[in-house]
Amino acid sequence: MVAAIKRYFPYLLAGCVFGFILVKGEAASWYRIQEMFHFQSFHMYGILFSAIATGLISTQILRYLGRRRSLDGQPIEIPVKPPGRKNYIYGGLTFGIGWGLIGLCPGPVFALVGMGSIGALVVLAGALHGTWLYGALKDKVPH
Amino acid sequence: MDMILAALHAPWPWYVVGPLIGLMVPMMLFIGNRSFGISNNLRHLCAITQPKQVEVDFFKYDWKEHTWSLVFVIGTALGGFLAGVVFADPNPVQISAQTVAMLQSWGFAPPSGPMVPPEIFDPNLRNLTLLFASGVLVGFGTRYAAGCTSGHAITGLSTLQLSSLYAVLGIFAGGLFSSWILVPWLLQ
Repeated sequence: MVAAIKRYFPYLLAGCVFGFILVKGEAASWYRIQEMFHFQSFHMYGILFSAIATGLISTQILRYLGRRRSLDGQPIEIPVKPPGRKNYIYGGLTFGIGWGLIGLCPGPVFALVGMGSIGALVVLAGALHGTWLYGALKDKVPH
Repeated sequence: MDMILAALHAPWPWYVVGPLIGLMVPMMLFIGNRSFGISNNLRHLCAITQPKQVEVDFFKYDWKEHTWSLVFVIGTALGGFLAGVVFADPNPVQISAQTVAMLQSWGFAPPSGPMVPPEIFDPNLRNLTLLFASGVLVGFGTRYAAGCTSGHAITGLSTLQLSSLYAVLGIFAGGLFSSWILVPWLLQ
């Protein structure tokens, strides 16, 4: 039990920080998402670009100058996404259409569920059905 | 103390939030050599709840190996509760005047809170149908593309992956289509 708490607590804390900043940065706001897709403010682009730049630089620092092993002793490796094109584009399109409608991508869905939003809970229920549907139709859609 | 409390209740600028989100990528590598991403949890939740009668191979794996990821999103919900309820921002979101005018032309009242519009999230039959259907698109699309905004736009792009660039282009094109065509048409 103590070992499990010790092992999972860092993830709980990191997740908590993530949910907190998603809400404080209003990245979980439908209004901000509409504003972004209509190019009416720099706010969301600022978040995205500075996040990517920070991720890029800090991951390189971690990799080349800093640690080579994670807290639980595994060698740190930058994860590689499998090559492909169609599945990424078509999947991205499908997800993007849903995101543009309700302004919630998966991270904010969990953050808003935590805020007690019934609407976000319904989105989560839909997303689970959509995920299941993909699992069932996986071999029938182009990859 | 008052200043700290005021800062916790106020919305945070992009140049604070963006870098903190970016730091999630090395942080997850540092904690346990994990790839930062959220939407995989939808798959794990399906794997947990899949009934024996309709087993789909895609969900037949040992989800317990991904407990860390589920713990992470429990944390995300907790963080949402802290930021949105305990340290709630009392003011409506400060979107641009242009956006307010555009939304008004679609029949939306100016924002009354920071997060979601009552015009879409108030639980009536039409809204719940729209929310569920959009959720299906989000779930289907993120698994089809093997990632969402966090896994592709943040982790993927910041580790320079071509696959993620394709996904992000798709996501953005889909979002533009919704935001310019579907939202005004469906909700007017």
